Amino acid sequence: MAQSAKYRTGDRVRVRVGAPPHHFRTPSYIQGKTGQVVALCGVFPNPESLAHGGSGVPRQPLYRVEFFQTQVWGRYRGTQWDKILVDIYEYWLDPAEA
Amino acid sequence: MPKVHDRGGWPTDEPIERGEHELADWERRVDSLHMVLGEKGVRSTDEMRRAIENLEPCVYESLSYYERWTAALEYLMIEKGILTAEEIDRKMADLASASH
Repeated sequence: MAQSAKYRTGDRVRVRVGAPPHHFRTPSYIQGKTGQVVALCGVFPNPESLAHGGSGVPRQPLYRVEFFQTQVWGRYRGTQWDKILVDIYEYWLDPAEA
Repeated sequence: MPKVHDRGGWPTDEPIERGEHELADWERRVDSLHMVLGEKGVRSTDEMRRAIENLEPCVYESLSYYERWTAALEYLMIEKGILTAEEIDRKMADLASASH
């Protein structure tokens, strides 16, 4: 792949918080949450560029990140082991302490 | 405040409709038009998403799935200068009068 991925499987990451005026694909409910990278899905044309007629270059690494449901929802009623998986682009992630 | 499509976790008492439904002919035609415009490089999936997400919240809530697609396609065709709102309105009026 042309662009090297910053994170590895098992890395702890925190999702950035923001609501830019353009199209973006990081749901608000997951912003600010800390999770763990479980896979690199691939490196794809940037949808935030494509959505506005851009070329999507440079392409961006996309990760599958898992979060504990109890840490995403304030009043989650399932088990403490339930997880949610969200695909998130690298520029929406920061490293988090283990 | 998230936009209208960014609704994960919004409270609701309504059950999730999991059933399939038969598509109407016009819905198939909208899907076909959408596909052709993609194959010809006129619009991209991400542009469609932006156009749908930019619908006014009250409009978004009142439209069905393919009605949103129709509104988004109209928005993009006008934005790209391929059609004008006047041309679309005129055609709609012609069709309405032809059906009477």
